[in-house]
Amino acid sequence: MAFGPFLLLALMEGLVTAAVLALAAAGLSLVFGVMRVVNVAHGEFYMLGAVLAWAVTGMIPGPAALTFLAALIIAPVLVAALAAVADGLILKRLNYDPEATIVATIGLLYILQQAALSLYGPNANPVPAPFEWRIQLPWFGYSGYKLFVVLAALAVLLALWTFLSRTRAGLIMRATQVDRMTAQAFGINVDRVYMGTFALGAGLAALAGVLVVPIQQAQYLMGHDPLLLSFIVVIIGGLGSLRGTLVAAVVIGLSDGVISMFFSPTLAKILATLLVAMVLVLRPQGLFGARA
Amino acid sequence: MRRNGLRVWALHLALLAVLASAQFWLSPYLATNLARIMVLAVFAMGYNLAFGYTGLLSLGHALLLAAGMYAAGLPALLWGWSAGPAFIAGLAGGGLVAAVLGLLALRTAGVSFMIVTLMFAQAGFLTLLYFAPVTRGNDGFAVAAASRSFLGFDLSTDTPRFLAAFAIFATGLLVSLALMRSPFGRTMIAMRENEERSRMLGYNPFTVKLAALTLSGLYAGAAGAAYALLFGYVGASFATIQYSILPMLYVLMGGAGTTLGPFLGALLMFALVEAATGLTTAHQFIIGAALVALVLFAPKGILGTVRERWAKWLP
Repeated sequence: MAFGPFLLLALMEGLVTAAVLALAAAGLSLVFGVMRVVNVAHGEFYMLGAVLAWAVTGMIPGPAALTFLAALIIAPVLVAALAAVADGLILKRLNYDPEATIVATIGLLYILQQAALSLYGPNANPVPAPFEWRIQLPWFGYSGYKLFVVLAALAVLLALWTFLSRTRAGLIMRATQVDRMTAQAFGINVDRVYMGTFALGAGLAALAGVLVVPIQQAQYLMGHDPLLLSFIVVIIGGLGSLRGTLVAAVVIGLSDGVISMFFSPTLAKILATLLVAMVLVLRPQGLFGARA
Repeated sequence: MRRNGLRVWALHLALLAVLASAQFWLSPYLATNLARIMVLAVFAMGYNLAFGYTGLLSLGHALLLAAGMYAAGLPALLWGWSAGPAFIAGLAGGGLVAAVLGLLALRTAGVSFMIVTLMFAQAGFLTLLYFAPVTRGNDGFAVAAASRSFLGFDLSTDTPRFLAAFAIFATGLLVSLALMRSPFGRTMIAMRENEERSRMLGYNPFTVKLAALTLSGLYAGAAGAAYALLFGYVGASFATIQYSILPMLYVLMGGAGTTLGPFLGALLMFALVEAATGLTTAHQFIIGAALVALVLFAPKGILGTVRERWAKWLP
């Protein structure tokens, strides 16, 4: 294959990575922005989304498109419910202290990972794509489903943005983000906002997991990479800034795609992790962060 | 103060005496496990210097452990260094990497510091994988028998191994005890308690924290090198985030900011996993549940609680 089409393929693969990453990172960013909680278990919610998608599509009979649609709804809702329980049982009792919650979510990470290993097993299992449709480009064929992932992620992010900027619940969330105490003084039930935010963040990660599973297979350790990449995206984009998260996801996704294809995936990840460490050291507000 | 000093030294020396005699009354299997625990406890004591005393919550100590391990293991593998020089190389490797990490990461604080250290450690792990032709990546390599001898003793046999682990542990424990009773140790604690106030008193927080982190790196490097030379295996798995979490868990369980906490935590976690092995293979679950339970119900850890309630003199 010539260089041009090869680059195009790398960019398309990168765009798919970026789309999935943007969803997962938006969840992480939301949780950090509103609650000031760094959720280390975020990758496990992503993994649970994928594993539950496998379980749901396996249990419900019917055409692939229909069962996948069911998974797309059921898995994120279940994961969100689980996150809400974890919030009430653990995070709330820690008073959302930043350092204690990190330790607690590390513990949660181990618990969820072990639960997946014990109940689901160590194997990777495929989930059939909802439709088999290939786009035939002059140089190579490309999976239509991957394109669908990009569009679906865009739609969800647009919906999230509308929710945050146009609805009353979104307004309450933003108010809590800006000033927890004042929000409480105005009669906002901050505990419920936090629980809802944590559930929403986990649901977004799970949704990303469901979308990725026809491409990548479901496996109990799959949450590791998205966690690190989400951290990278959220930090480079500026913590708590949705627009920055989206831009950073595209940048990281595309460069990951290109470097992985032309050099090595490991090198791509080394560069990304070093980049994020240096961004935090030299420009703590992130490249697109609003706060000085 | 003077009577306290006597009591404190007596307690630590008594523990060391019990541990030194343990090889006579423990089965070889348990003695080897105890040697392993002592080496991991050295790692945890180093973590405690940074986290427990200075308040630096690092998520990247696996990088320092691996630095010591590879700085000792690679010269042994490539050039056939013997245990003595290899250990010193490991010690220096841990300290050096910690100093560089500190120069960069200590410009941040709190949550940013945790993420920066996590990212550097991850980059270090991935670098080990990337240079797999040299480092042997995830497979790792065995340290040759010739490199595992020190002054004629074969460190792969039970008694020399136990004694070497004990010597390193005893040195680490006594150094950290002496440090905590010194003015510099007080300055470290002052950084944890109130950085602004100590700055006002004329201390430079950056240099104090850098020194504490470097010291912590020396401990981690010593533990990594000792692990490579005593147990004969070097692998990239020691650079994974799991090995940044373990010392944190040990320290939290035993009691952050107590000299004996890291050892107690390592011992208890080892015993807990060992005891649970018969019942379940879910080791990760035990680690996770222990972390959650500790932050929820006993954030000060065992010795931290003991110190608060009964024995204020514990260092």
